[in-house]
Amino acid sequence: MAGAGRSVALQPTDTKSPDYFHKVVDCQWACPAHTPVPEYIRLIAAGRYADAYMINWRSNVFPGILGRTCDRPCEPACRRGRVEEEPVAICRLKRVAADNKGEVSARMPHAPPQKNGKRIACVGAGPASLTVARDLAEIGYEVIVFDGEKKSGGMIRSQIPRFRLPENVIDEEVDYITGIGNIELRLDQPIVSMKALLVEQYDAIFVGCGAPRGRDLDIPGRVEAAANIHVGIDWLSNVSFGHIDKIGKRVIVLGGGNTAMDCCRTSRRLGGEDVKVVVRSGFDEMKASPWEKEDAMHEGIPILNFLTPKAFIHQNGKLTGMTFEVVAAKYDEKGRRSLVPTGEPDQHFECDDVLIAVGQENAFPWIERDAGIAFDKWGLPELNGGTFQSTQAKVFFGGDSAYGPKNIIWAVAHGHDAAISIDLFCQGKDVSVRPPPVVQMSSQKMGIHEWSYDNDISADIRFKSAHRPLAESLGNLHIESELGFDQKVGFLEAQRCLNCDVQTVFNAPLCIECDACVDICPMDCITFTENADEDTLRSNLTAPALNKSQDIMVSAPLKQTGRVMAKDEDVCLHCGLCAERCPTGAWDMQRFLLDTAKAGACAR
Amino acid sequence: MTYIAKPKFRHPDLEPNTRGFTRRDYEGKVSTLCAGCGHDSISAAIIQAVYELDLEPHRIAKLSGIGCSSKTPDYFLGLSHGFNSVHGRMPSVLTGANLANRDLIYLGVSGDGDSASIGFGQFAHSIRRAVNMVYIVENNGVYGLTKGQFSATSDKGSKSKRGVVNHDAPIDLVTLALDLGATYVARSFSGDKHQLVPLIKGAILHHGAAFIDCLSPCVAFNNHEGSTKAYDYIRNHNEAVNRLDVIEPRETIEIDHAPGTLEIVTQHDGSKLRLRKIHPEYDPSDRLDALAYLAERQSKGEIVTGLLYVDPGAQDLHDYQNTVAAPLNTLSDSQLVPGSSALEKINASLR
Repeated sequence: MAGAGRSVALQPTDTKSPDYFHKVVDCQWACPAHTPVPEYIRLIAAGRYADAYMINWRSNVFPGILGRTCDRPCEPACRRGRVEEEPVAICRLKRVAADNKGEVSARMPHAPPQKNGKRIACVGAGPASLTVARDLAEIGYEVIVFDGEKKSGGMIRSQIPRFRLPENVIDEEVDYITGIGNIELRLDQPIVSMKALLVEQYDAIFVGCGAPRGRDLDIPGRVEAAANIHVGIDWLSNVSFGHIDKIGKRVIVLGGGNTAMDCCRTSRRLGGEDVKVVVRSGFDEMKASPWEKEDAMHEGIPILNFLTPKAFIHQNGKLTGMTFEVVAAKYDEKGRRSLVPTGEPDQHFECDDVLIAVGQENAFPWIERDAGIAFDKWGLPELNGGTFQSTQAKVFFGGDSAYGPKNIIWAVAHGHDAAISIDLFCQGKDVSVRPPPVVQMSSQKMGIHEWSYDNDISADIRFKSAHRPLAESLGNLHIESELGFDQKVGFLEAQRCLNCDVQTVFNAPLCIECDACVDICPMDCITFTENADEDTLRSNLTAPALNKSQDIMVSAPLKQTGRVMAKDEDVCLHCGLCAERCPTGAWDMQRFLLDTAKAGACAR
Repeated sequence: MTYIAKPKFRHPDLEPNTRGFTRRDYEGKVSTLCAGCGHDSISAAIIQAVYELDLEPHRIAKLSGIGCSSKTPDYFLGLSHGFNSVHGRMPSVLTGANLANRDLIYLGVSGDGDSASIGFGQFAHSIRRAVNMVYIVENNGVYGLTKGQFSATSDKGSKSKRGVVNHDAPIDLVTLALDLGATYVARSFSGDKHQLVPLIKGAILHHGAAFIDCLSPCVAFNNHEGSTKAYDYIRNHNEAVNRLDVIEPRETIEIDHAPGTLEIVTQHDGSKLRLRKIHPEYDPSDRLDALAYLAERQSKGEIVTGLLYVDPGAQDLHDYQNTVAAPLNTLSDSQLVPGSSALEKINASLR
């Protein structure tokens, strides 16, 4: 809550500020692209898959791809996870929309017949660049996208294995973008000089070339046994483009991130029988998403923790195994972790191949240091916060190349913001003045007890997505291992969504303090009490509001008693019973729809 | 009135009481009363009181008559015993049940129509017989189910929703209860659970006839200007004489008030009623003073609330009748039918 000092009674919450209700929609707030999640989930429940797909497409550009591969920042944020055990399976619901949407090409936008005369170059044909291209082409820009590979998609195509993401899904969603028009893909054309590119007459340049360098491991034996030691992302890329189609029977994968998970699962499909993942950290601290670890273990791949690589063991130039030092996590008084050797004897594992997936780095060998683009000490470009503009005004960065390795959804979010900046820049406007989001509020009341959303809360626990039998999926690199939800399960899972975007809106002057809302609220969210400073107020609520990351909505003083209405947003089910029981309409359920601004929103 | 059932999800931090029940476990079905009805708040207060007293639902019997108020036992204590009787006849059914099984806690729920009109006599006799019970009247001063006629507790001079003025003198159930010998008498307001919940708890723990007149605005027919039972009217005229905390026998009592402003009454079962005095001159142990005080304040248009009278050493119907100590259903055949020799003895004693 803004401006809440200690021992000062709280001011009425400003619910007109777009951020207040946006934060209540935890999933949308957590999504880097701020996709209106509950809105599309309701459409899935209604069987309107194409509509649900288009909401996603507008916001996150790659619904079919993300519905299979997203890092899902939305799910840990999901309110359902605080109400019961598990969040709504948002990611897989997105896939339901993509899988069932039918033909949507007629709904896709087209570039205006009149171009605006501005030409933009995008370096790299990955998710960030494609997002920039989509946003700008639609409003009249001509976008030229360069990539060194023969196919577009960047890391989406090169690093994510086909058994997780079928190629036709990538092709389809790239085609929707290029189908807009005004976008030229120049593939197999690596950019080798920024200075040369700057000389060409582009109005702006967007760098979305990712974090292309896999970190290596400089320990004894690395050089001698090099033939059987591979850098994870390069190896995945070679597999993806068909340059590699087999691996030894015994494989060690080093690293605990999602790339490591892709490496080990790919190995299982290329002849690896005894595949193990060896990680320095503990299991819980691994960077890989929990579901990716689960999928790997499900394929018979053990994950061994607290082992630090010590040496590659080789005989006659041939790799035979690896030794590891056994470590344990120790925490200092500040809670910082260090991994210290336990003194136990080193562990040795035999193997035929090793895949190193211990991180990625940015690399810009093609950007001359005197090209006017400043880099910080970590080798990342210095960017004007939030605008993605570099110190060379016409060059913008986004995706992994901006702030280091993240994921697809962050790349998309960067792309949208960079496209806004590029548009502002090309129109001669201040890039730091950002267009506001578009917000709509609409009452959902249909009748005395009727709402235009389904407010009856489903008690179902999270549904599991179906998988192909292991025997079938391990045999083929190109067959998708996860099947997703069918329409029926998709409906049931969609019903688990609490519709957090249908907001509880309180109109203080109408309240007669009858307590009806307090009495009916299943989650004890609502309290009428004396106003106080935030800490006191939080502890005075019927159910003390201990989760400080969630706001308290405080009303103006009420006319009968001078108390305030204080609502803890934390575990509100958005069931609307407060509004149903309210005799005066002081409570209303209103749908909050926030669309982040896209390029073109305020440039003209 | 709500169409969907109240979701089963509850606040993750909701604590169970010593019996393992959360407050939600004491709820009943979802209310079908009008939105904003004071009666629903009283139901919530009963739920809260029973939860806080760690009572097991099967130890409670809730009884009611006919009317909006008498529908409410369906909306709380869904796991307890219940009896929805004929209009105005709740007190008799409760008396009979109490005589048969003295081990249950009896909660009689009634309204101003049910108790001050058709069941007036029943009300009076259950009180004067000192039935061990909690008798709550959910008093809204209007016949809500029949669309808003004045009830017997409507104040003289108050107006109906259509502007008609009431010329009949009102029945004050608190004064009557005091007069008839109730040993725990309180008045409260559905919109003030901080006051109401402890009053219900004290009444449940009281041994004897406990009567609570609870003002409960009817949002549909009696919450307008000119009504003396509307939310804003009651708030503007509420004169609380004290604030009650109920301390169960196992709890220690904390004294954080200046001497003279606090009174502690120890009840029959060892529970303590801690009264923080708001009107220092008011003495809830003096029945005659209480009657005089109420008359005086009521003549000034004030609504006196709080614990108005309590006799901590009160006795009940069973004590006066010297009945058997155990519930009748636990008595064996030989106890119930002691045989011809016992009959001979009784007959002989009467000759």
